[in-house]
Amino acid sequence: MKGMTIIVKTISSWVKVLVFLFGIYIILFGHLTPGGGFAGGVILAASYVLLMLAFGREFVEKNLPLPLASRLDCLGAFLFALIAILGLVFGGSFFVNFLYQKYLPGQPLNLISAGTIPLSNLAIGLKVGASLFLVIFTLSICCKDFKTDTSTHKKEE
Amino acid sequence: MLYALCFLLFMIGLYCAVIKKNMVKIVIGIMVMEYAVNLFLIMLGYRTGGIAPIIDKSQLEPSTGQLTAAFLNSSVDPLPQALVLTAIVISLGSLALMISICVRTYGKYGTFDITQIRRLKG
Amino acid sequence: MSLFLYILLLFIIIAAIIAVETKNLLSAVICVGAVGFGASLMFLFLCAPDIAITQIVVEVLGLIILIRACLSRDITFISGGREFFGVVVSVVIILVIFLAGMKVFETLPDFGTPIFAEAPEAASQTYIEKGLAKTGAANLVASVILDFRAYDTLGEATVLFTSIIGATVILRRKSKKLLEEPDE
Repeated sequence: MKGMTIIVKTISSWVKVLVFLFGIYIILFGHLTPGGGFAGGVILAASYVLLMLAFGREFVEKNLPLPLASRLDCLGAFLFALIAILGLVFGGSFFVNFLYQKYLPGQPLNLISAGTIPLSNLAIGLKVGASLFLVIFTLSICCKDFKTDTSTHKKEE
Repeated sequence: MLYALCFLLFMIGLYCAVIKKNMVKIVIGIMVMEYAVNLFLIMLGYRTGGIAPIIDKSQLEPSTGQLTAAFLNSSVDPLPQALVLTAIVISLGSLALMISICVRTYGKYGTFDITQIRRLKG
Repeated sequence: MSLFLYILLLFIIIAAIIAVETKNLLSAVICVGAVGFGASLMFLFLCAPDIAITQIVVEVLGLIILIRACLSRDITFISGGREFFGVVVSVVIILVIFLAGMKVFETLPDFGTPIFAEAPEAASQTYIEKGLAKTGAANLVASVILDFRAYDTLGEATVLFTSIIGATVILRRKSKKLLEEPDE
């Protein structure tokens, strides 16, 4: 089962870029327009799921290996907690928006505004995208027939 | 009346989760219950003729930079939207967990029928 | 406007009934997709564009997961029901809960008047009035989930992480003892 026909492969190799860019746009402009970290992260995961459905599992595993994906997942969670702890250090309380209140107020309705909210959006998007990709990848490993090699088990550990 | 229809949707999901024998059907019932609860929470914050709680340039008064009274009086409630936004993503995670349990059970017993899975009976 | 919401909600309920009652698992999954997309359209008309975007994308991924689960399985038809007595008791209890719930809905304000409008000290009033001045974010939903109530988001990240770990542990094909043995 090496992916689908050449028509699907060609179309999805064009569409994947647009889907990925749209996810990044949704994340970056999350504090100005509808969207945000949750929706953008799911769209990022969906672009990789599109690749997985069209080209097969091995192609995606070459592009985004499982250890890298789980590290991205942990990095997102770590960044979100780090922003919260920086608020404790600089602003005096957990999760306080210290950048907006003290250092970089910015212009309202501009891209650079709202202090830590765009950074938190970035962290949440990274976390949600990586973890949903991991879930679907794990499900697709299990749904294969039982004759696959055992090399995938070591990566799950 | 819309609230009652929403509650009816919840009850359909509950019926499916209680009565059906197929494991995937039970998962489907739980999903329908989640949709009903999300819809109900969003409906609680809706205002007739309301606008979305997102500020753009037309909602700021040009001279003072304050919010216009029209926005303050017609914006819908942002709090249930924020709560439902997290709940939707969590529902996807729990769906993946339930489906993985189903797939694992199918691999072990060869059926989705919960009355056939003898060793789970107490 | 309200009529349109009624029609959409009736469509969702009919799709849910078909999803519950159909025998074929694949068509049941597709009807759940209809329920989800109808719900997303309804979120859009209830002035919640954030939720509509998230619901559409989550629905697509959820359908992929569900179809993956029930595709290429041997028995997708399961006939026969539970024993008669249990079904009757369950239906009666569900009906009682439904009638009691209808009594509760009479105490709520009518559709179109939010609850926070009746309480001048409500938190939502503060978010609408001072959200831009206090956080600088034009999207008030983003200002609520990432500034005013960021603990909620932290808990959500934890729950997501836990579900990933659970799925991975359940789907691991061999136990740990077998993994340590050398491959044949």
